[in-house]
Amino acid sequence: MEDLINKTREIRRHILNMTADANSGHPGGSLSAVEILTVLYFQLLNIKSDDPYWEDRDRFILSKSHACPVLYATLCEAGFFPKSELKSFRSINGILQGHAHIKTPGVDMSGGSLGQGLSFGVGVALSAKLDDKNYRTYVLLGDGECDEGQIWEAAMSANHYNLNNLIAIVDRNRIQNDRWTHQVMDIEPFKDKWEAFGWNVIDLDGHNIEELIKGFKIALDSNNKPTVIIANTIKGKGVSFMENNPDFHGKAPNQEQLINALSEIDSH
Amino acid sequence: MVEKISTRESVGQLLADLGEEFEDLVVLGGDLNKSTFSNIFGAKFPNRFFDFGPAEQNIVSVAAGMASAGKIPIVSTFAVFATSRPYDQLRVGVSQSNLNVKIIATHAGILTGEDGVSAQSIEDISIMSALHNFTVIVPSDSIEALQATRAAIESYGPVYIRLSRPATPVINKEGFKFILGKGNKLLEGNDVTIMACGVMVDLSLKAAESLKGMGISCRVVNMSTLSPIDEDIIIESAKLTGAIVTAEEHYILGGLSSLVSQVLSTNIPTPLESVALTSYAESGKPEHLFEKYGLTSEKICESVKRVIDRKKS
Repeated sequence: MEDLINKTREIRRHILNMTADANSGHPGGSLSAVEILTVLYFQLLNIKSDDPYWEDRDRFILSKSHACPVLYATLCEAGFFPKSELKSFRSINGILQGHAHIKTPGVDMSGGSLGQGLSFGVGVALSAKLDDKNYRTYVLLGDGECDEGQIWEAAMSANHYNLNNLIAIVDRNRIQNDRWTHQVMDIEPFKDKWEAFGWNVIDLDGHNIEELIKGFKIALDSNNKPTVIIANTIKGKGVSFMENNPDFHGKAPNQEQLINALSEIDSH
Repeated sequence: MVEKISTRESVGQLLADLGEEFEDLVVLGGDLNKSTFSNIFGAKFPNRFFDFGPAEQNIVSVAAGMASAGKIPIVSTFAVFATSRPYDQLRVGVSQSNLNVKIIATHAGILTGEDGVSAQSIEDISIMSALHNFTVIVPSDSIEALQATRAAIESYGPVYIRLSRPATPVINKEGFKFILGKGNKLLEGNDVTIMACGVMVDLSLKAAESLKGMGISCRVVNMSTLSPIDEDIIIESAKLTGAIVTAEEHYILGGLSSLVSQVLSTNIPTPLESVALTSYAESGKPEHLFEKYGLTSEKICESVKRVIDRKKS
């Protein structure tokens, strides 16, 4: 457990440094998903960092692709590419694009336009069933992203095709680009919506590593339904002045903010 | 009497045959599977056939996911629902990732007739050609449609194939060989080249026949691959005949006329006239729409005469 907590600290430092170096990017929704990705990549996913295209690998699809700093930070901690690459985030000739692209080792889907990842995951999960393969498909969605109608087209089809090998996680940080989700577009009653679409729903604290591990275990045991984990999180988690602050959805910390943020991460 | 065969029916049958040969082939439909004839594949391979209802954004992104997992997904629906409706999914999910998704669209253009403007895709060549990595094919008849479909499945990468609703004349002869990315010269001539795609190839051959009686010698080239376009045959035709007419069942912007013009102006500026749609059409029988909206062999003949005058002046 201590190892996983150390990983979350390391990943948070990377996110802050990357966005500050690039002077752009999306730190808030990256920081909220740190525990989710840490549990997936260091506890659950069956992957090989030296063979990113291994056909039996578990898939992780980042549908809220603007949160790619958390994915890049996690992939480099998992050994998919050297940490020095993080310096190239959002820069010309780099491998780390402003929104995740399939050409980056370890990235399973090109994103950047919200709403497409769950459908992509349905396609991967259907293929696994066709090929009698046991790998699982995990898709990370944003809560603001669930305003997109395509999410619900995908949700309907995942249930129709009994995709128990598909697990969606919603990073329910309650803030989207401009404002709080209930101000922009109220998605509640959120749990009821997923249940009405035929999904198992697990509601948990998305920053609690033990709860996440338990939640994924339940999801992996599903007999015939897809499962969604509503991970209740805090946007900007770990940095007091970023927490619950819509300003840091798509704004990088400046140098002074970076120094303060890093010292907060170190002191926790 | 010229034989007429529907490209959608031929290809629907072929997909069921190719299902045996390519075990990774899967077909994704949108509740139009009787009309696209993808139900033939569905009956033969129920485990590899997926209906998603009319949810085209979902269909295209699911296809991208399946391609990423090694499948060869065929998206089978009407041209309007396969292109403009899920364009963002095609752009970000398929084209930018260069995934092996094949879009086989039926009911394209004003040939779809009575259903009216919403159902008549007259922009699809333009918007699909604007997607980098996509190969865009408009077969001239059922023989070419069959070979193009096989070629699309045998090669890696995203492909858009545009098929029609009604039966259309069979113009290619036995021994015809479709080559992806290559124009096909059907008739040699000296005065002008008519470059056409789809059902307009048949009308171009008819125009060439009547112009022959007036002493005008037409080269006729079937430009079935729109993207990447065969620059060599365009330049060669311009050199040989010095005048070009394009003919397409599509809006005048962004289709064959635009694509050929770009090659000509960059390489060998040559007079060009276009036969194409200049507005939306309306409901009606295809033959009546073709007459009213100027997609006829007579219009091709007029364009030929005009472009030859321009060449002389």
